[in-house]
Amino acid sequence: MKVTLWGTRGSLASPGPETARYGGNTSCVEVRGNDGTVLVLDAGTGIRRLGLSLPGSLRRVNILLTHLHMDHIQGLGFFPALRNPKAEVHIWGPASTTLNLRSRLTRYLSPPLFPVHLRDLACKLVLHEVPGDDFDIGEFHISSALVCHPDPTVGYRIEAPDATLTYLPDHEPALGAQNFPLSADWTSGYKLAAGSDLLIHDAQFTEDEYRTRMGWGHSSLKHAFEFAALAGVKSFIPFHHDPSHTDEALDDLIKDSVHLAHPGFAVIPGIEGATFEPG
Amino acid sequence: MSSQKEIELILARQLASYLAMPIFIVDPRGNLIYYNEPAEIILGHRFEETGEMPVEEWSTLFQPTDENGKPLTAEVLPLMVALTQHAPDHREMWIEGLDGVRRFIEVTAFPLDGRAERYLGALAIFWENKG
Repeated sequence: MKVTLWGTRGSLASPGPETARYGGNTSCVEVRGNDGTVLVLDAGTGIRRLGLSLPGSLRRVNILLTHLHMDHIQGLGFFPALRNPKAEVHIWGPASTTLNLRSRLTRYLSPPLFPVHLRDLACKLVLHEVPGDDFDIGEFHISSALVCHPDPTVGYRIEAPDATLTYLPDHEPALGAQNFPLSADWTSGYKLAAGSDLLIHDAQFTEDEYRTRMGWGHSSLKHAFEFAALAGVKSFIPFHHDPSHTDEALDDLIKDSVHLAHPGFAVIPGIEGATFEPG
Repeated sequence: MSSQKEIELILARQLASYLAMPIFIVDPRGNLIYYNEPAEIILGHRFEETGEMPVEEWSTLFQPTDENGKPLTAEVLPLMVALTQHAPDHREMWIEGLDGVRRFIEVTAFPLDGRAERYLGALAIFWENKG
């Protein structure tokens, strides 16, 4: 499995000289299998450059959306495969209690927010609702589960023959927990993350920021490190960086968190453009 | 992978942990998977001490009786009615906690339905009736 980070920023695209190194694009991660299968995790603004990197001959793309907040779908309309009549694009994502996935996506992919209707996209579009039973895409075996974040939101566990990746970009497992972390069975996202080779996890806030933004659906770096330790992962990428955090600030925050946590796992800064082969 | 509770149950526990009303949460099999601190006072035991309990154990633990002192079976307790009949239920009863104190309480219970027709169990709120 080869993992590439195309967008690591949370909430709002944040380009500029002060964010050039960690990147300003919102959530998008490419997972490529040894058999050539391509998974796209979320469709934030990072998906535009990912789309440009894919060969035009690629006939099937699989997009796994964790939820439908704007920073995770804004790039969808700019993904070239959606305009390719020879392409088959499968999108997985959560329905709500009253609207199916198609209706929810249409709220964005229709005027006045976007000039093209979902139904007018040239590709063959196939929608799948999650969470549900585990499913297979190429060499990948994928599990999904609802996690703690406002509005229906899932995380994904992606198992390949050589490695397991867990993707929890928007996740607040510490919400309401008076002594976080609680036991594993009472911790949101634990089952998805347990024993993963690589965990990509929300680490948006500092401790001070978290105190005033509790319930917004995101984790502090401290909570993210504690969650990674509870899950027993081998490596951890802090992800979904706050728009206000500059490259210098992120360097310091991650360095300080490592110093305080003494983690028993590798910590890899979530830098746009970085590529990994976990396992 | 170890087991993990459904997110709705995790959030229900978190809500219960902040409320002053005694709350029980059971899974679809009737196992008591959580009770909060106010419920600990009525039961006379801490959740951290007892942990999860099967229905046969928790339903007799506080010796529920009707107003005439007749023991109530597990099947007629609101929590079990909510669980088995998939409907809300409410009743008054007498209980005796592990602290030996006899209390007159009211209980309201309702089933917990998750998205995509996932049946998660039931939740009961009960409080001492001092009126």
